[in-house]
Amino acid sequence: MAVEMLGYIEKPSPVHRLTGTTKLIGFLLWTTATMFTYDTRVLLILGFASIGLFLVSRIRFREVRFVLVFTALFVLINALAVYLFEPEQGVAIYGTRHVLFEGIGRFTLTAEQLFYLFNLILKYSVIVPVAVLFLVTTHPTEFASSLNRIGVPYKVAFAVSLALRYIPDVQQDFRTIADAQEARGVAVTHGPLLKRAKHSLNILLPLLFTSLERIETVSNAMDLRGFGAERKRTWYNQRPMTRADYLAIGLVFMLTIFSFVVTFYDGSRFYNPFS
Amino acid sequence: MTIQFDHFSFTYRSQSEPTLRNINLTIEDGERVLIVGPSGSGKSTLAQCINGLVPFSYPGTWEGDVRINGVDARTLSLFDRSALIGTVLQDPDTQFIGLSVGEDIAFALENKRVARPEMHETVERVARLTDVAHLLNHRLNDLSGGQRQRAALGGVLVEDANILLFDEPLANLDPLAGSEAMALLDRLQRETKRTLLVVEHRIEDVLSIPFDRMIVVVDGEIVADGHPDVILSDGSLVRAFLREPLYLSAARWADISIRPEDKPSQPDAFLNLFERQPIVSRLSEQMPEAPPEVSPSLELDRVRFHYRSEENVLEEITLRCAKGTLTTIVGQNGAGKSTLAKVLSGYQRATAGQIRLNGEDVTKQSIADRASRIGFVLQNPNHMISKHTVREEVRYGMQALTLSADEEERRLEETLRRCGLYPFRNWPIQALSFGQKKRVTIASILVRKPDVLILDEPTAGQDYRHYSDMMDFLERLKRDGMTLLIITHDMHLVLEYSDQVCLLQAGRIRFAGEPLTLFAQESLLRHAHLKQTSLFNVARHLDVEVQPFIHAVIQAERKERAQWL
Repeated sequence: MAVEMLGYIEKPSPVHRLTGTTKLIGFLLWTTATMFTYDTRVLLILGFASIGLFLVSRIRFREVRFVLVFTALFVLINALAVYLFEPEQGVAIYGTRHVLFEGIGRFTLTAEQLFYLFNLILKYSVIVPVAVLFLVTTHPTEFASSLNRIGVPYKVAFAVSLALRYIPDVQQDFRTIADAQEARGVAVTHGPLLKRAKHSLNILLPLLFTSLERIETVSNAMDLRGFGAERKRTWYNQRPMTRADYLAIGLVFMLTIFSFVVTFYDGSRFYNPFS
Repeated sequence: MTIQFDHFSFTYRSQSEPTLRNINLTIEDGERVLIVGPSGSGKSTLAQCINGLVPFSYPGTWEGDVRINGVDARTLSLFDRSALIGTVLQDPDTQFIGLSVGEDIAFALENKRVARPEMHETVERVARLTDVAHLLNHRLNDLSGGQRQRAALGGVLVEDANILLFDEPLANLDPLAGSEAMALLDRLQRETKRTLLVVEHRIEDVLSIPFDRMIVVVDGEIVADGHPDVILSDGSLVRAFLREPLYLSAARWADISIRPEDKPSQPDAFLNLFERQPIVSRLSEQMPEAPPEVSPSLELDRVRFHYRSEENVLEEITLRCAKGTLTTIVGQNGAGKSTLAKVLSGYQRATAGQIRLNGEDVTKQSIADRASRIGFVLQNPNHMISKHTVREEVRYGMQALTLSADEEERRLEETLRRCGLYPFRNWPIQALSFGQKKRVTIASILVRKPDVLILDEPTAGQDYRHYSDMMDFLERLKRDGMTLLIITHDMHLVLEYSDQVCLLQAGRIRFAGEPLTLFAQESLLRHAHLKQTSLFNVARHLDVEVQPFIHAVIQAERKERAQWL
């Protein structure tokens, strides 16, 4: 149960040194590029780039393993669901039909469908690591100031960053409470699933009360120090943009343009190896 | 800047009775005022009326007048007040908004739209003032209790507010950090001439710096208001069930009359009133007590522990706790006290070594098995309470024991009575006071009939009366044969209640044995951020033996407390 998920992880890396604004813009561009394309070549390039970014950031796989494994599972379930609903979606898209296995009823297996699902999974594999990377390399308050800089009202931005900031604390609370439950012989982290689900309810109430207590104190502390008095605010942690920032934004921007050009030049978002 | 309360009363919206009644009080510019009172007396509410949390965050019925600098307080919003009054809340850990020291100090400036270069300059200046300049980029989570307190103070000082308000500044500090924090407040007030308001019930520790005035609040009313020397002499504290400085208890035990002109707020001066001869003859009347018989209950043999792949948090812990004794565990924040408790109660598994209970090796037991024999009461009751009513919660503790319904009912009633919760058995837990909630959590552990009970700071944040109630209760458990381990920062508790004290430092046991033996080793104490209590000073001053002297004062205190009920 000892997982720290999505908290800021401090490391001396070029990715950490970029300002929050750069990372936010980069992340948004990256996501847009991947959202639009189903072009396998583009996805592969972006995928390799995201692995490269991970290496540069010095974040180790095991530090974010839980989230990555969890989302991977989710993506697989998603792919399975897509297959169950539309087993011949790939055929419709690519216009050819190479049957590998006739299967039962409508559930056939075609090369097109497999390729389509592969692309779908690839898409997530490109977005998710970058999203995780963005969260763990951006200091929560810098994240808030970046949101604010690109036009999000500061109260909203601050709320988001506070939520991020408290993730580790709430996790800590959760663990303590879960332990206190286990100490009474109430299994929460092992045992039959149904029982665990029932017992989780016993964690929610104490977690709710500790969180409410926390919220009350913090909101009092914020009020007492004048939060929200003005329409705008300044940010202690906001750093000036450096050449590296402009360079990074430029690179991601070009990558995005490139992916759009490759994706759309032949009028289809799909790369078709079957024709 | 003056603060004026005029026939002021306040009733919280959720309550039928007023929390503050007919308050008349004027605080002048530059005054140092100490506000004391038992839990629930309204002293914190009084502070909240000044900083604006009442009525803006906690609305209610407001009668009479509060004026700040002549202006009706109700017309000054929280934001207006933040420029006039800087508040440091009780628990610095939960009031931090930024992640790093610098960022948190800057918070108020950010809200005022101060430009970044100027902001960084101010933050650095203030950080130098509170001695955290070298920590600006550190995460608050990585700091010691004293450093966090100083960082919190910095966050308030940036605003140049004229009034500094502290709500229980010593609550989570070890003794040494506590006296350092007070010394810092003293220096700041002298240098800047601001008004200093401190709400606290650890009176002796706060009075380590001079105050101009002391105000005693009981049941929502001001029952005493005067110079500390006057208040300490006139018995107000005793009547309010507050703990007076220990050297004054010693004085009363020795039949020395305490008069304002003897300056009872200044221990060094006051010590001269003690005379050796009468005290020596009094002590000779005391009967020495026979040491109780002991059989080992809990034994730890070279226990080690570390979290995944990190350095050892606990190193070679070897400790014996006899059945029916109370062992206190002391040490700085982060020394490994809570970790030790978690390893003992099975929350964490020891990486090496052996834990024996009544001779049986329990090192490898699962948390569920171990915890029913070695119960652990967490510091924050909210972490443990998961049911709605007292009864349900205590019963819930037994749910994995598969007892018969009769047995369950019998144990439930017995435990509720034993913990003094029987009258409240059908109450919703959230309606209970902090001390009562704490008792509920103890009851929910006791109902499983453990052999050993570990408590993390069972008296933290409680006033003298609740503190004594709790400790008397734990002593009764001990007499019934329970082996108790208590984590604490309170040195007098160690002296009064523990049979054994265990000092942890950086994960190692630096000392385990009789409390008085530990207190005799001053360099060890200093390293561990602990302090002797003022009774030691009195004994040293008089050149009498420490143990019988402290014992006599404690007995006198107990006799006095026995009349409270």
